[in-house]
Amino acid sequence: MSHLAAWPVFLPLIAGFIILFAKARGLPLQRVLNLLATAGLMILSIQLLIESSSGEHQVYLLGNWQAPFGIILLLDQLSALMLTITSVLAFAALSYAIATDTDKKGAHFHILFQILLFGLNGAFLTGDLFNLFVFFEVLLLASYGLLLHGGGRLRTKAGLHYVVINLLGATLFLFAVGTLYGILGTLNIADMAAKVAVLPAEDRGIVAAAGLLLLLVFGIKAAMFPLYLWMPAAYTHTAAPVAAMFAIMTKVGLYAIIRVHGTIFGETAGAMAHYYTQWILGLGLLTLVLAALGVMAARGLREQVAYLVLASVATLLIGVGLNTPLALSASLYYLIHSTMIAAGMFLLADIIASSRGPFSDRFESGYAMPKAILIGGMFMFGVIAITGMPPLSGFFGKILILNAALEHPWSGTILTLVLLSGFIMIVSMARTGTLLFYQVIPNTESKNKTETKATTRPFKKIPRLAVIGLFITSPLLVLFAQPITTFTESVAKQQFDTQRYIKAVLSQQPVNKETP
Amino acid sequence: MEWLIALVIGVLTSTGVYLTLRARTFPVVLGLTLLAYGVNVFLFAMGRLTIGYPAVIDAAAEAYSDPLPQALVLTAIVIAFGMTAFLIVLSLKVRHELGNDHVDGLHQSNDEPTLQKNKQHKPSHSVSSNSEQGRN
Repeated sequence: MSHLAAWPVFLPLIAGFIILFAKARGLPLQRVLNLLATAGLMILSIQLLIESSSGEHQVYLLGNWQAPFGIILLLDQLSALMLTITSVLAFAALSYAIATDTDKKGAHFHILFQILLFGLNGAFLTGDLFNLFVFFEVLLLASYGLLLHGGGRLRTKAGLHYVVINLLGATLFLFAVGTLYGILGTLNIADMAAKVAVLPAEDRGIVAAAGLLLLLVFGIKAAMFPLYLWMPAAYTHTAAPVAAMFAIMTKVGLYAIIRVHGTIFGETAGAMAHYYTQWILGLGLLTLVLAALGVMAARGLREQVAYLVLASVATLLIGVGLNTPLALSASLYYLIHSTMIAAGMFLLADIIASSRGPFSDRFESGYAMPKAILIGGMFMFGVIAITGMPPLSGFFGKILILNAALEHPWSGTILTLVLLSGFIMIVSMARTGTLLFYQVIPNTESKNKTETKATTRPFKKIPRLAVIGLFITSPLLVLFAQPITTFTESVAKQQFDTQRYIKAVLSQQPVNKETP
Repeated sequence: MEWLIALVIGVLTSTGVYLTLRARTFPVVLGLTLLAYGVNVFLFAMGRLTIGYPAVIDAAAEAYSDPLPQALVLTAIVIAFGMTAFLIVLSLKVRHELGNDHVDGLHQSNDEPTLQKNKQHKPSHSVSSNSEQGRN
């Protein structure tokens, strides 16, 4: 039993406390500590990713209590993948926040940032349903703080909606967990799966209801129709690095669906195996259509990007709803791509908004921005990636998912809706690009020229580097598509092998201190 | 006793849901609190209702009550308490910044295109005075 598997949870927590005490020494020290901790987390999670690729489940017994009685942390390929995505994203978002002085706009940015990572990593690693609830609350509380960071009227209003819907989600989560515990008598996910496998027929209805209630809760996190209404407003009005960090927050809901539902109601569940998938598939399709309409109707760039994130979540929901190893593998490939590119787009939208001065990110023609060619080039790159046009990774991700959909009875509907919504998004984004970069107010008059100089300011280098760093994952995903898809396939295979998961968790023996 | 507990959970939850759907922040906060109470009793009842049995190991005990839901309820109470405190502060901030306590944030601030203060608010005036009294 290696202790390394528990460190992604403890490192951000410890770092958060240290940063809290470093607060008295001023911002520079906090920045250095936060960067170090996040970089350390990145190295740690890559190490864990390499370790987990053997296909073994690493079970860490907290407090040395054996599995169904104590809480476990579980590291497998899926959680290692999520940890790596989170830490890379966190590093980019943090560099951007520091370079643009976002952290100066309010107290405790760095502490909240580390606590958010603590909650995220905990949620990815835990193997206990109630513990998952606790980590959800930790990451939500940190995200409330980060969402409201910097203040502002619209931000506060969006924050209130976000907080209230997530508190409701927490209550529903507890109802679902309580019901499952009342019937199954356990909270350990592996043990629950084992108990569901031998569930008497008269209890199936209530467990199925609790499972769907749980799906509702994860649906709130993942912004699934009809629970996504909080999401565009919250993502639009928050600070850019926070919005970039939130690109992983919707994926937590997806991860929870894959982990909890995929395991408890996996192939071992007998009559109840995969009963929830048609809900995810149907709601995913609806979400996709509405997200595409949202992209078309958005009034500002940040809002548009928020809807693009919603569309990527919907595509992932479809992939998860298809429920084959092939589809899950494709979804994971798309998940890596969409998280990184969406975060990059949020940061880029912020760069564009501040370069345009008084016009911000509204869709009106403004003055030409400084470095328009570079920023425009980056914008075009990001749009090609996120809307799924060749030759970048969005295209390959979508192809993989659609390929997996071919065998599904709903394949006609899925293909039509995915391609149609993709088309709508491409048209809308092309319109946006034209408006932002071509239809500028010509600054021929000298008065305008000075005004332009005063209102639009060139951007520093590091923020752009953070965006480029996130965007570079897209060509990398294409270039190394073969090893990456091999990896995601093995992740999906491991996830679908519920038997081995249950066996690995329940057979893990505590470390015996008395043996020599 | 079962029907009493079930009734309590039902009443707490339904009033909680009703209040959460109100248009002003104060009833919403109250509603979420009642929902949290309801779910706490529910969690507790999921360990089955027993009388007079110990929750920790005791040589003389004939049977035990389930200790796990008690631990869960304790955790849930702490979390709900913290979240409610946060929500109250946030509601006050919203009231301060938006100039009213509407959940959908009808805002009449200076830098926003002004919404006319029309008759829209009229039906909810009674609610507003109620919540004012509640706050005092």
